[in-house]
Parts: sequence; structure tokens; C-alpha cells
Amino acid sequence: KISSQNVTIKRFYNADAVVTIGSMPETDSADYKENYERMQVLVQDLRSKVSTVLQGGGEKARNRHLSRGKLLPRDRINSLLDPESPFLELSQLAGYKLYGEEEVPAGGIITGIGRVSGVECMIVANDPTVKGGSYYPITVKKHIRAQEVAQQNHLPCIYLVDSGGANLPRQADVFPDRDHFGRIFYNQANMSAKRIPQIAVVLGSCTAGGAYVPAMADESIIVRKQGTIFLGGPPLVRAATGEEVSAEDLGGADLHCGKSGVTDYYAQDDLHALHLARQCIKNINYKKTPQVTIEPPEEPLFPADELYGIVGDNLKKTFDVREVIARIVDGSKFDEFKTLYGETLITGFARLFGYPVGIIGNNGVLFSESALKGTHFIELCCQRNIPLIFLQNITGFMVGRDAEAGGIAKHGAKMVTAVACAKVPKLTLIIGGSYGAGNYGMCGRAYSPRFLYMWPNARVSVMGGEQAAGVLAQITREQRAREGKPWTPEEEEALKAPVIKKYEKEGHPYFSSARLWDDGVIDPVDTRTVLGLSLSAALNAPRQRTRFGVFRM
Amino acid sequence: RILRFHPTGVKKIEKVLIANRGEIACRVIRTARRLGIRTVAVYSDADRDSLHVSMADEAYHIGPPAASHSYLRHDKILDVAKSAGAHAIHPGYGFLSENTEFAELCSKEGVIFIGPPASAIRDMGIKSTSKAIMSAAGVPIIEGYHGEDQSLDRLKQEAAKIGYPVMIKAVRGGGGKGMRIAMSEDEFESQLESAKTEGLKSFGDDIMLLEKFVQTPRHVEVQVFGDQHGNYVYLFERDCSVQRRHQKIIEEAPAPGLSDEVRRSIGEAAVKAAKAVNYVGAGTVEFIMDKDQKFYFMEMNTRLQVEHPVTEMITDTDLVEWQLRVASGERLPLTQKDVRFTGHAFEARIYAEDPNSAFMPGAGPLDYLSTPTPDTYTRIDTGVRQGDEVSVHYDPMIAKLIVWSDDRTSALRKIRSALSEYHVLGLNTNIQFLMDLARHPQFEAAEVHTDFIPQHYDQLFPERTLSTEAICQAAVILVIKEQEKAFTRNYNTQDPFSPFSLCYGARINAAPVRKVQLQDGDQTITVQVQSNSDGSFTVTLDGKEHRVSADIDEDREGDRTQLRCNIDGTLSSAHVVIMNNAVHLFSLDGKQELRLPVPKYLKSSGLGGGSNDPVAPMPGVVEKVAVSPGDTVLKGDPLVTMIAMKMEYVIRAPHDGVIEKVFYKSGDTVSKGTVLVHFTENKTDPEATSNSD
Repeated sequence: KISSQNVTIKRFYNADAVVTIGSMPETDSADYKENYERMQVLVQDLRSKVSTVLQGGGEKARNRHLSRGKLLPRDRINSLLDPESPFLELSQLAGYKLYGEEEVPAGGIITGIGRVSGVECMIVANDPTVKGGSYYPITVKKHIRAQEVAQQNHLPCIYLVDSGGANLPRQADVFPDRDHFGRIFYNQANMSAKRIPQIAVVLGSCTAGGAYVPAMADESIIVRKQGTIFLGGPPLVRAATGEEVSAEDLGGADLHCGKSGVTDYYAQDDLHALHLARQCIKNINYKKTPQVTIEPPEEPLFPADELYGIVGDNLKKTFDVREVIARIVDGSKFDEFKTLYGETLITGFARLFGYPVGIIGNNGVLFSESALKGTHFIELCCQRNIPLIFLQNITGFMVGRDAEAGGIAKHGAKMVTAVACAKVPKLTLIIGGSYGAGNYGMCGRAYSPRFLYMWPNARVSVMGGEQAAGVLAQITREQRAREGKPWTPEEEEALKAPVIKKYEKEGHPYFSSARLWDDGVIDPVDTRTVLGLSLSAALNAPRQRTRFGVFRM
Repeated sequence: RILRFHPTGVKKIEKVLIANRGEIACRVIRTARRLGIRTVAVYSDADRDSLHVSMADEAYHIGPPAASHSYLRHDKILDVAKSAGAHAIHPGYGFLSENTEFAELCSKEGVIFIGPPASAIRDMGIKSTSKAIMSAAGVPIIEGYHGEDQSLDRLKQEAAKIGYPVMIKAVRGGGGKGMRIAMSEDEFESQLESAKTEGLKSFGDDIMLLEKFVQTPRHVEVQVFGDQHGNYVYLFERDCSVQRRHQKIIEEAPAPGLSDEVRRSIGEAAVKAAKAVNYVGAGTVEFIMDKDQKFYFMEMNTRLQVEHPVTEMITDTDLVEWQLRVASGERLPLTQKDVRFTGHAFEARIYAEDPNSAFMPGAGPLDYLSTPTPDTYTRIDTGVRQGDEVSVHYDPMIAKLIVWSDDRTSALRKIRSALSEYHVLGLNTNIQFLMDLARHPQFEAAEVHTDFIPQHYDQLFPERTLSTEAICQAAVILVIKEQEKAFTRNYNTQDPFSPFSLCYGARINAAPVRKVQLQDGDQTITVQVQSNSDGSFTVTLDGKEHRVSADIDEDREGDRTQLRCNIDGTLSSAHVVIMNNAVHLFSLDGKQELRLPVPKYLKSSGLGGGSNDPVAPMPGVVEKVAVSPGDTVLKGDPLVTMIAMKMEYVIRAPHDGVIEKVFYKSGDTVSKGTVLVHFTENKTDPEATSNSD
């Protein structure tokens, strides 16, 4: 007879439950209320600026466009997208106050990610109501940024072309350089080579260089009596050869679908063309296979608008970044890593719309320990293919004798190395200040996060305006002292004020977004949606292995 | 069980052939099955996949669709009866049910004809004969002229004697065919001519009788039964006054407002009538009843009637069972004193027809069919299922909806609610009309007569306007459906919960507003639907905002959606079916339909049927083709003549043009919406409008 010992298994039924983070804010406190109101003012301003941008060019231009039986570019996008698909529009404020009196809403080009025939696609749509859809330098930059996003995230590209081509007076700023006009076609060729489909829909003119957008595309569609493609338009032809020819005969749909073969599909009108584009995407045989585990998503436990009251607009006021995380991630569940070590950097694992994420958020200045902890955490995420989200609110790395002696430079460098080399999808959101090397360590623009967004209260600069003014004042005071000249407090004030003002202006999110230093300014309430959509888009790309550079020990 | 105790002379019926189709065939099969009797169905080409065929134990093909080549073929049906070994033939109603020759043929061949003796059919089939017999038997009749002298002078003279208004009726007529009313002497001749023409066409006989015309009469009929042993009972009366095109549409039992005295005497008069012709089996004696409840014999139908279920409901009997028992020689199950009735029953006949076009009969596919749930007090007699077709070859009745309740008021309430749950798509029906009829105050008050519909025409055909509620419901359900689609489409992929599936319509720094376009007739309705973060919707219609929250449940495997809405605080609910490019809303108020515009590019590819080529307005047979390829026609020129539902339709050129193709020839059967001829493509540009706005 075989004898055996019973094994008693004793455990809690609910032992698998997860402890959630976040706390009920004191919504009655004066602080909370003030924060809430001030953030609301910023959001209101953002929304009203954006609502102007969404109109595109002026009413006259819109009416002229509509009178030709064409759809407005945003309606084109709405018709192209799957019903009820979100549209993650990028850089709505591109070109904002960039060209003095000349307004170029959205940079004259609408870019963003939406679902077409079930596939997440990058859509690039010229806005012909803005300066005839011609390419300003910012238009080129935005077009190329959209292609960069598409390339990094393996998103099929759909170009809704209706543009007069390069803005001739500004040719020097749009034509010759590496990231100028030519790069668009370079990108098309290289994306096609990487099996990232390129579809062009010709809804208006495609002149000269613009002709290459449909010509370089994998498949192209053209609308009869609306779309034209030619290397030189009728005026140029007349000037060059004396030949008199109409735009339609020179490069219309009948010619290109029937004779030249430049385009592949013949559309009756805009709607038909967009329908055909949907069919093209249906036929790309594309399957998204995210290389991550996915769980059913849960809403956060706390309402998103509490972020207004928690964060506010005063960058000098501190808040716990965990409260922000609690209002973004699934079920407000956050498994924190190294809670008690390097406490100024919060790291941990969570889920966003069911996708795993590693979150790195600032709770103060970065010390050596914080940097080491961050580096460790980034290594973990790269090892496990877990996307990273950086929540930036950082004044920088710690300075001072102790810090330097402790090797803050090499420890900080480790974190910068880790961030730079990490090949998992990186998403950055600037929720407060972003200064100096803190910007590097927390995956600023230079570190190629797949997407980078800002809250309207955020600021980006090499250092804070007051610090910069203080440094400049210090230098001047010392100079004066060496020269034996007097230096009055009034003089110091006169020196500092414009510096502070300049930093305030140039650090502002609109200033940044206008120049495409980010991918958009967003309402804190939309954070979960925007990061979620971005993450979903990022997971279209196949997994990439990370190889780190030398970590100085 | 009864068959075990049969007295001598009883012939066992163990297998019955049903020489009919549709609901009555199914009805007979149901009872036969309950009694353990095996059933044999017959079918024409058009009925190959019909319900009655699948319900029967055996089924035999008897010919092409036309009834004259199938269901009316004595020889074929008897051949089937013999080869299948059927002891009896149940003729149902219509077709061979009142055919003397067939009844005789059956008895000659030794097959039981479930119906009265041929002699009774003959006696009652000819109006003048039947009246003479009734008059002799002491059954009250309406004075009239039933003579053989059919000369115009004589008829005119007799009409004057009877006194106008006078009814002119084909002697062999029925179902309102070959019947005209002359209000005065002036119009007598023309009405006579027209009655004769129709009589000749319908029955091959133009012998006419004249009768006093009773104005605003009620149509009250008595169900009688006789056995082979000389026993008779009446099973009370039915009121079938409300009629359209001289055909019944809603029936009830008992007839409302009858005194016990009148009820007894009309019943006894009916029995008297049956006795006078040695009637056996189920029969109906029809009377005209005037305002003072005086009644006159009209005619006797020597068969089971369409509306027999209302009698069954109030008397708790199964008349088909009685027919089978009597046919096999048994005695009637009840004597007169045991026949009782309780409560009140209504029957509404659901037809494929268009009440708005003079109740024009229709046909077509039953793309969607959902009925109230049958129970003890709600009965649905039908011969069709979803996906079947109401054929052009036969009667366009879809079903009979029968309800019973304790009293007339509650029964009326019940039939109204049951009608609101009767949902049919794919063809026009009279359901909405029946609902309007059943809630008409005069109908509620039982103020019924045969001119009810013309008298109350305006109230029965109210101007229908689309309610804001319906528009909100339709707009919201479309958005919800698309949201569902957005979610389910990716649910089974490797990326089931992407925010691209879950964050419906999200836009950056702006609220997504969905513009929904709906069409009500020629009118385009544009509705804006904004999804709010709490799951509710803000619906903007004509500049007015409505707060709408909605709750949905899928039923019938997702065919239909039960929608519960809260619109500005008011709760409403509807069943929604999105089909054939339209949103159909079924509620207690009836059906509302909002069509969905089709993009031009789908139309031009032929998918939306939006080409300009002329199409068949209804299913039917091509009679004549007036054009050939290459012909140049002007707008309005006749192209094709079609016969559908015994009516002639001329399909005319919708515009000037040249015919490129003709798709059908004379004799071809076409379904509704079929393109008949194709015009040469117009080379000029079609309007460059898109439906973006």
C-alpha cells in the first residue's frame, strides 16, 4: 500500500486582487478649485484655437472649394474612415503664428491616424482651402513627420492629394535640404520597400513635384474632372514649348487611367474615390499582430477631469504623479517597481486599453538613484517588449557638489543611454515642466518617442525662464564687478524681464506645437484616449530588439 | 379515440389529402396530425418549398403554378389521392371546395370528399336556386328577380318593381365579383353591362339576378354543421361587416349587439337552410342584417370559411376535427343544447396589399417576418415563413391573426397589440390599416356595416407624419449599430480591445458629431448625433437639441433590435429592423420607415438599383413587349405591358432615349424591381452632385 501525505493548501480567495492607486482629491479645497479653474481656462483656450484651425482656410476658400462639388478635407477624412473610427489627429497647431500675418491653419495639411477597412492607417490630406494647399516649410515638415510616424509604426499611408505644390516664394526653405520636399518621395519609396502600403487619392491638382505622390504610390486613384497630374502645368507648358493644352487634357483622369497608366482607379467624385481607397486598404492583406499580451480593458476608477484640480497650471506647485497615473491606466491598477528607492522617479507596470505599459513619471528632481532606477526599469521593459510611457514633469538632474561627486553625470548618462537605445514603443507626455537634461532622460523629442504630446500647462526649455534670467544676471553682475561698474537692482530687473518673457513665450506648448516639436497639445481629460490610440498605432510595428550602448559604471 | 367507438357505417379516415395550399392546408394538417391522421400535400411548381409541403407527411407535385394547371386539376389530385392511398380529400376553401363535379368525381372514385354532398353544393352555388329553396323553407330572403328572362327590358322592369337601389349580381358569382349596384334607373344599364362583362370573365357566365339593395347593412353569418344522420347544430354567428373590395378583412364572433332572441332565431334560420339542402359537414349561412337586426338570407358557403377560427375560439371547438369526424360518418360531437360560447374573438386578415392604393393586391418576398408569440388566446394561422414569397399566382393573404378574450373590449385591445407585434418587411401589407381600423372609435362602438371603410375613409387613412421620436430613434440606432460594428469587427482579431474599436468617433480637442441622413419619401432629413461621454446622445434636428439615451437588446439572432429610448425624459420603445436600405421601426403606433440614402457610386454600379432603366412595378407576367433594341422612344411611350394580380400595367419610357437591350419576352415571369429594358448609356454627364450634404 502506498502511503501519502495530504497537502493542505491555504490561501485567500481574493489573493489575486490588485491594489489600486490614487486617492479622492479634496475637491472643496481652495487649491484644488483654483487649479481646476485655471486648467479649465487653458483647455478652453486650446479648444477655441483648435476650433478655428478645424475650419481650415477662410469661408471664401471653403465655399469656392465646395462649389466645385468637392468635399472639404476633413469631410474627406471622415468619409474615408470606418464609421465610428477615432481619428488621432497630429499637430493641429502646426504653423500657429509661425508666419507673422500669414495664417496657415494646421500647417495646410491634415495628418493623423484612423481606421480604414479595419486597418490603422496614416492619413495625409492637403487642405486646398489653405493657400491652395501649397507647401510651406511647416507643411513639408508635418508631411514628413506623418511619414516618419507611419514608418516607425508600420502604418499604411493614404495621401489625399489636392495641392498646388511647393510654395514658390519660400522655395529655399522647402526644396533643397534633406528633410525638404524630396524627402516625401524618398519616404514613399522606402516605406513601400518595407511593405508599408502607399495609396494616393488624387482629388485635385498634383503639379510638378506633387505629381510624384501618386506616381510613387503603390496604387493611386483619381477623380474625373477634378484630379490632375502633370510635371508641368499648362502655363509652364505654354512657356516652355508654346503648346496650348487644357489641364484636363494634360493630366486628367481619362488620360491617366486610360492612356498613361499613371493612375489605377477612376472615380466619379470625391466620395467614390474615398470608397475606392477603402477598397484598396481592404486588399492589402494586412493583419495587426501586437506582440504583447492583451487583457480586457477597464476604465480608471477616478474621473479624468480631476486632473485639472490635481495638476493646475502653476509649475511650481508639486503633485504626486501617481494621481495622474491613477486617472489614465486600466482600473487605476499600477504595480510599482522599486517604490522605496530613488523616490523622485516613479516606475511601474500597468495596462492601457488592455495593452501592457511600463510607466516612468517624475516626482521631483532626478538623483543618481532615480536615474539608476529608471535605467533598470527601461532594461526590464525592453527585455519584455513592454511599451514605455514617460510622464514628464522634470526640472532636471540634481546639481551641486554632492551630486557631481556622486557621479550624477554618469548615472544620468546611463538613463539617457537606456532611453535612447530602447526600441520598444516610447510615448512621451509632458504634463508639467521639461527642462534641460531632464528632457533627455525622460525621452524628449530628440529621443524619438513614437509620439510626444503636451498638456496646455506644460513648458519646454533648456531651463526655466527665471533660472535662465538669473544665470544671465549673475554673469552680467560678475562682468560689471570685474569692470568696476555699478549694477542696480533696476538694471538687473530690466535684464531679467525680457529673458523671462522670451522663455515663457518659447517654452509655451503652442510655440512648440507650431514648430512640430511635439505631436499635439491635448486636453488632460483626453490623455487616456490619446495615449491609448497612440499605443495601439505603435503596436502595428513588428517587435524590435534593443541593443544598449555602453553603460558607464 | 373516437374512431374506436364508431357505429356501423363509419369509414375510417387514416390518411387525408389536402387539395389546397397556404394557411388552410397547414391548418388542416395540424388537426389531422393531432388526430393521428396522416397527411398528403399537393403542390405546384410555385409551392415547391412552401410550408404546407414541409409540414405534410407526404407531398406530391401536381403541375405548374397556375391554379388551373395544378390545384384545380381534378384528375391529378385524384390520381395522387389514389396512389398515396388517401381515404379522404379535404379541399380547404377556394379552389375545389365548392366544385360539384369534383365532389361527384370523388364519390365515384370511392374517395371521401370532406364537404357536403354534391347536390347541396349545386343547390347553394346558384344564387337563384338557393333563394328559391330558402324561401320555400321559410328562411327570410330579400325580394328580387331570379328569373331566366335576362332581357334588358325585363331586368329593368323587375328592378323598378323591387325599387332602387338595386343590386345586380352574377348568378354564379362570389367574392364580390360580377356584382354592381344601381342607385337609380339611369345607371342601371351601364352597371348591368359591367357586371355581365366581369361575370363572363370570372365565371364564364353572365346570367344576372336582381336584389333589393340594403343600405349600410351588416354582414352576419352563421356557422352550421350537419352530419350524415340528419343532425344539425349552429355554432353561433360571426360579424364580417367590415370589408374592402367586397372582401372580408376583419371578423368577429359573436356578432356584437345581438339580442339573445335574434341570436337564436338567426341560428335556427341557418339550420333550417342547411336542412333544406340536406347539408352535411361545415357550412356557413350568410345573412344581411339591417339596422333593426332584421336579417335576410344572402347565400350559403358550402365549405369551411376563412374566418372559422373565431367561431372555434368562442365555442372551444376544432371545426376541422368535426369535418373529419362527420366525413367518416360519425355523429356530431355536440347537440345544440351543448353548444355554448364564451367571450369574444377577432380575426384580422393580414394581406400583401397596399391599402393606400385601393387595397391593390401585392406579392413579393417576405424578407422579414416576426409574429406575436402564439398562446392559448392568440392564434396565428399562416402558410408562410420568413424568406418565403407571396406568389402572384394565388391569394395574397399572409396570415390570419386570431385573438380571444373575455369580452369585446379586451379582445379588441388584444388584437391591436398583437397587430403591433406583427412585423413584415419586403412587401406592402395592410397591418397598419388593420391597426387603424381596430382603434377606430366607431369600430370600438361596434357601429359596423359593409360601407364602414368608405364612410370613415379619412380617419382610416390619416396623413402620416414622421414623429421626432421616430427620427431620433432611427438616428441613434444607426450610430449604435455602427459602434457595435466597430467593436465586433476587430473583436475576433489579435487586437480585440484597441481604443480604435472602443473610443467611438473620438476626435482630438473637438467633440465628434455624426451627421445622419434619412429619407422620408422624397424628403431628406439631416440629423446630427453627438455621442456624450456618459453614453447618451445629443440629437439635433431642425435646430433643436434632444437628449437621448438608448438601451438595446438583440433578438431573433440579431435580426431585430429592441430599442428603448429616453428622449428628453420621455420613454419610448420600438423594434428596429435595418434592411433593404431602410430603418424600420415597429412600435405600438405601427410601422415607420426611414430610408437610407445610397451613395451615387453604388447606384451607378447597379448595386443600389438606382439606374434610370424602367423596372417591373410588381411581380407579374410579361404580356407584351412593344419595343426592340435600337428603337428610339420618347418619354411616356409604352415599353412593356405586364399582367400582375389580374391587372394590366403598362410600363412607359421614363425619358427619351434609345433602347439597347430588352430582357424579357411575352410570357416571362418577372419579380418586382426587375429591370425590363435597358437604355443606351447617356453620354452626357449625370448631375455631379454627391450626397455628402
